[in-house]
Amino acid sequence: MSFFANKQALVAEILSRYPVGRERSAVMPLLREVQNAEGFVSDARVAEIAAIIKSTPTEVKSVMSFYSTYSSSPTGKYHLQVCMTLSCALAGSDQMWDYLCETLDIGVGDVTSDGLFSVQKVECLGSCGTAPLMQVSDSGYYECLTKKRLNALLADFKARGDGSMPESDTRAPVFVQKNGDVVTQITAEGAIL
Amino acid sequence: MTAVAEVVSPEKPKSITSGLDPRFKPRLYEHVGQNNSWTLEYALRHGAYEGAKKALAGTPESVQDEVKKAGLRGRGGAGFPTGVKWSFMPKEDGKPHYLVCNADESEPGTYKDRYLMEADPHQLLEGMLIGMHAIRANVGYIYIRGEYILGANRLNAAIAEARAAGILGENALGFGKSMEVHVHRGAGAYICGEETALMNSLEGLRANPRLKPPFPAQAGIFGMPSTVNNVVSIASAALIMRHGADWFSSMGTEKSKGNFLFHISGPIKRPGVYELPLGTTYREIIYTWGGGPTEPIKAFNPGGSSTPMLPFTDEILDMQADYENCAAKGTFLGTGGIILIPQNCDIVNMMYNYVRFYGHESCGKCTPCREGIGTWMNRIFQKLISGKGDPNDVKILEDLFGNIKGKSFCLLADSCIMPVQSAMKLFRDEFEYIAQHGKPMYTGYGNRWKDE
Repeated sequence: MSFFANKQALVAEILSRYPVGRERSAVMPLLREVQNAEGFVSDARVAEIAAIIKSTPTEVKSVMSFYSTYSSSPTGKYHLQVCMTLSCALAGSDQMWDYLCETLDIGVGDVTSDGLFSVQKVECLGSCGTAPLMQVSDSGYYECLTKKRLNALLADFKARGDGSMPESDTRAPVFVQKNGDVVTQITAEGAIL
Repeated sequence: MTAVAEVVSPEKPKSITSGLDPRFKPRLYEHVGQNNSWTLEYALRHGAYEGAKKALAGTPESVQDEVKKAGLRGRGGAGFPTGVKWSFMPKEDGKPHYLVCNADESEPGTYKDRYLMEADPHQLLEGMLIGMHAIRANVGYIYIRGEYILGANRLNAAIAEARAAGILGENALGFGKSMEVHVHRGAGAYICGEETALMNSLEGLRANPRLKPPFPAQAGIFGMPSTVNNVVSIASAALIMRHGADWFSSMGTEKSKGNFLFHISGPIKRPGVYELPLGTTYREIIYTWGGGPTEPIKAFNPGGSSTPMLPFTDEILDMQADYENCAAKGTFLGTGGIILIPQNCDIVNMMYNYVRFYGHESCGKCTPCREGIGTWMNRIFQKLISGKGDPNDVKILEDLFGNIKGKSFCLLADSCIMPVQSAMKLFRDEFEYIAQHGKPMYTGYGNRWKDE
């Protein structure tokens, strides 16, 4: 069954971002659509994308395998990507990773038997002020994770069970310099704490 | 070295080099943290697109000149003058030109672009319009790292609002010129921050860097003249057009002008992004704004993991942070992402973290980088950390530095060697200790995760 057959408007919009004759540029956004909808990109989808961008499945796979956020095997409804780079490591990301794998009883490439969770080690997520953190699927960041916060988050995901994300409390504040000598704590949601 | 003395002419007021100076006011992050700051309605109430109107009313050269006069240097880490970069673009060549905003913020320790894009996307779009006008481009791409999902959503929403309001589109801001901006999401690859790798990624190829020349201004994306600028460089251009080159150059030291986003991670009381004038001392950044370290510190990377470490001494803390002072100390101002290195953590373990990062992120094109970092250095560090090292390993590492640095297409390999080499220079005793005794000199790296 085709993935893009009934999404022609979306495909046209994606292609319109690039010059005529440069369909190949659309490979990343098209891979993203499939990855988010199906949790991985199968060979059949790779072939579909190749046809849209007028390329070959081999070329699409070569691009896909270059990046860390496309997966060729199924992932859980909550794909937990833990940042392991130094600022996170100095906040305990190695221990957090071990705890996560032990608690969920999985390793890299596995999915929990209920289909809910998979785990991946990733490199710097660019949120070093709110370490340690993880990205969940193609959703937001979950920051300043203590053991308590991580446990609560896992319980929340299990209770939902459908891949949906909690609406709030996903992002931790950082400090910014505001006028004068006041340091203010902000969240990207816009709130000043 | 003491701080570089300011050049003060009698009629000119002293340059602003401290966030405590009453004349200093954050502009890049002025609206970060304000409710609804990402909406067009909010942005227009706060003067957005006034700078773009001024720019579009003038010639591309006049915009280039204003930015040159301001002294803006690239904020992605390399510090190349932005206005000069724009002037490399051909004039009447009849080809489409492209402006690419490098928002692939992936340098460890760096998180300045993220909050700016999330909270103030219109500031970036305004800068895009200005930059596109300056290089005679009708289309601009914002290449945002795939993990910045909120940022991409906010930018897309801002673009839609700007199109609906006639700020972008066929007759952008009513100047009769077509101007479009598109967001292109990355998918997790550090190398995409390298401008030629970014261009390959945008073209739907594997993100291997390209050989230069040709430079992007000659043949960039789609083979057309292109310019790649960092998020903060582009946003700064918007502020320069709004507030004037003199406002910008009233801040900073002799050759390093303007406001800059310093940000701190590691064991610090208030991790965050601090917009301060260039020339602010590291002491002010780390203590006055960051609140000081939460444990003893032995060194820091001044601007992302790739910048060689500086020792955490009074002399360095009292140094004014700018391009020249950092260069004089053998390092770089970089992205401004300061990473504090705790005293009680073993340097070899911490440097293995970096080596693993660069090994993972090597695109695999050049052998010295792929094998040298990805295999050799990784294995030697693993050997040392697992207690199986011997004193000769330190010498092998040193030999590897010389065989990797400067031997690859792009700077990724050098970016790995520089901090590791600096760490070995500063803390050679720790390398020799672990090689000889099979255990680290400091053991604080292992258990740092908080329960609550």
